[in-house]
Amino acid sequence: MSSSQMSRRGCHREFGHEGAGRESGLPVAPRTRPAVRTRPAARTWAVAASAALLATALAGCGGADSSEPAAGGPGEFTGRGPITLATGKDTTRTLQGQLERWNKDHPDEKVTMVELPESADQQRQQFIQNAQTESDAYTVLNLDPIWVAEFAANQWVDALPAEEFPLDRMLPAVVRTGEYFGKQYGIPFNTNAGLLFYRKDLLDKAGARPPATWAEMKAACAAVAKLPEGKGVGCYAGQFDKYEGLTVNFSEAVASAGGTVVGADGKATVDTEEARKGLEFLAQGFKDGTFPKESSTYQEEDGRRAFQSGKLLFHRQWPYQWTLANTTDGSSKVAGKFAVAPLPGLAGPGKSSLGGLDLAISKFAKNKATALDFIKFFSNEANARANLEATSAAPPYTALYDDPALRKQFPYLATLKESLIGATPRPAVVRYGDATAAIQESAAAALSGSTSVDAALADMQRNLSAAIDEK
Amino acid sequence: MSVVSRATPRRTAVPRPPRTARRAGTGRLAAALLSPTLLVLGLVVAYPVVAAFRLSFMVSSESIDPETGFRVTTSSYGLDNYAAVFTGERFLRPWWNTTSFALVSVAAEVLIGVAMALVMHRAFRGRGLVRAAFLVPWAIPTAVSGLLWKWIFNSQGIANELLGAKVLWSSEGFQAWFSVVIADTWKTAPFVALLVLAGLQIIPGELYEAARVDGASPWRAFWRITLPLVRPALVVAVLFRLLDVLRMFDLPYVLVGPRKHSVETLSMIAFEEMSNLRFGTAAAYATVLFLYIAVVAFSFVKLFGADLIGRGTGSPQ
Repeated sequence: MSSSQMSRRGCHREFGHEGAGRESGLPVAPRTRPAVRTRPAARTWAVAASAALLATALAGCGGADSSEPAAGGPGEFTGRGPITLATGKDTTRTLQGQLERWNKDHPDEKVTMVELPESADQQRQQFIQNAQTESDAYTVLNLDPIWVAEFAANQWVDALPAEEFPLDRMLPAVVRTGEYFGKQYGIPFNTNAGLLFYRKDLLDKAGARPPATWAEMKAACAAVAKLPEGKGVGCYAGQFDKYEGLTVNFSEAVASAGGTVVGADGKATVDTEEARKGLEFLAQGFKDGTFPKESSTYQEEDGRRAFQSGKLLFHRQWPYQWTLANTTDGSSKVAGKFAVAPLPGLAGPGKSSLGGLDLAISKFAKNKATALDFIKFFSNEANARANLEATSAAPPYTALYDDPALRKQFPYLATLKESLIGATPRPAVVRYGDATAAIQESAAAALSGSTSVDAALADMQRNLSAAIDEK
Repeated sequence: MSVVSRATPRRTAVPRPPRTARRAGTGRLAAALLSPTLLVLGLVVAYPVVAAFRLSFMVSSESIDPETGFRVTTSSYGLDNYAAVFTGERFLRPWWNTTSFALVSVAAEVLIGVAMALVMHRAFRGRGLVRAAFLVPWAIPTAVSGLLWKWIFNSQGIANELLGAKVLWSSEGFQAWFSVVIADTWKTAPFVALLVLAGLQIIPGELYEAARVDGASPWRAFWRITLPLVRPALVVAVLFRLLDVLRMFDLPYVLVGPRKHSVETLSMIAFEEMSNLRFGTAAAYATVLFLYIAVVAFSFVKLFGADLIGRGTGSPQ
């Protein structure tokens, strides 16, 4: 609970009464102390006792946010004037150009870019700080889709009038990343899905086709391993270090085996036969050497270096690797020798997790009418196309994937579209930080072999449920 | 650095003059002059500590409104957070990591730091260059040196190349813990060296001359002259390092990563709780860490240098 929420309900004044708090707090101390020693049975009792005693002093402070008027609603977007766009570091230097086009047409409603750190964790930190101080410094937020649920549940962002955006021209799975409880809180700015990068030259030589299933993939690896060129080439790697990438890879494995991490009713569903098969694929891969041992420490860039130096036959990676691995300045040994396919699955093509960015409006911002217009401009098809051309960021618009000119420039677009259509968002959990920690914890234990797959999934189910069912 | 100069002159200090009316006036003036500083300190140090302490007793429970999906938070005061800290499995291991980092890396830093100081203290050609070179690691921000070592300890990095092995430094295990010790020692041995060097330079050369005349071996001179005289500086250095390592956060966070049990420290847990918006538990972890550091610092000062704060000018030697 944030202090800002307390002060908003006028509780700050009551907390400020140090005397009152101390007086009623005193008798609590001797009673709660033994409670800690005889934990945990007496813990609930201690809480109840102290809560009851303190209730008088802090009366009215534990109130619920739901008593406040619901945020959002199309009618509330009023006010015109300068706004800001808070976004992660503009590493490609293309955003500023787009903002300048808007600023030229809207001299009285200028948009200033607020550049946040490159790391996603730090971006979230700053967004949250901004929300908790109820600052109007950020107007439009460029949110990672996994934060949408948290920001919506805390009412840090407004629900947007979905009908005013061309959402029906976007990929449905991508649009869903901005949804929470049936309302649209985020408008997709771009998206991202995993692809299977593979060494076309080696597969051709071994007479194998790009695999649709895990079994086919392992067979292809075995065939390539017999070739003289296949010596020292690992079979498959993803992002298996214990970080967000592991959550992505685990979710993909479960979805590709036909399971879900969080079901449609919002409950954890990892203790199932499908999830077991998914995690088994990952754990078995390490056990039988299909995945190189060092890939248990791989994040995106580690895997990319391994693939580019020719040490990997198959690599699960985001599309950005396409351009870099095709560089012909000598940094890549596999330029022109690889291709992409959708991720393989248990019985057929697998399912990817979704990345990307969603645009949202801060609840505490001013000039929300301008903000709404700006999002419409910023997320429109022309801008998405420009972004794709400049930065190869995957657009949310379906049509762009079928554009012949773009397909020529980015040969992986057809595969990416296929991957995006089948993609599943990562679990929309309000306490995503706890959820992803629970997933990483158990998945890493299973991958390293320190826990059996069944035990890991049972643990994960328990911890994930605890993270979802708010305490 | 200023602490060194304060800690060392005690041997030559004059006894405190008797209390007079004039001294009382000086006292009042001192109080008047110091009060703005104390006020600022109270605002920026005492208040946050008290506020965090209060926050550590705030127990929040959350639920989701089934219709709107909005988060509903209720909070009360109680000891739940501390109960969670001590009953949860997430205390002992980070506590042990924190403590073992402190013990091992500070010991290594003292050994290497003293050796570096002795080298820097010698008069030789290019001494300035050597001193500067020693200090480079200390000048690099911790997060940057964390990244640097992350590269070195990468699975395809220099460390594995040199060792001719495939050690997975950033995965769970002793090797991850060890990589943090190496990086921390590399970075902060120069700090110990710097303080010890300052201590070395105020030892009069005559003492060594006398020792030589008396036929003492260099080894004996080191144990009987150098070490006792450099002790105050060394104690300060070790205390500073101890406090630093106990609250270590950025190096393991950058080098190995968050949520890796082998290197997770208490401050990393506090940070993790905070970034998941459980401020009460985070404050409880931080308070426990604060108390732990206070106890360690207090015992250390009691054991090795009662005079660290520079108060004991009048104490008999």
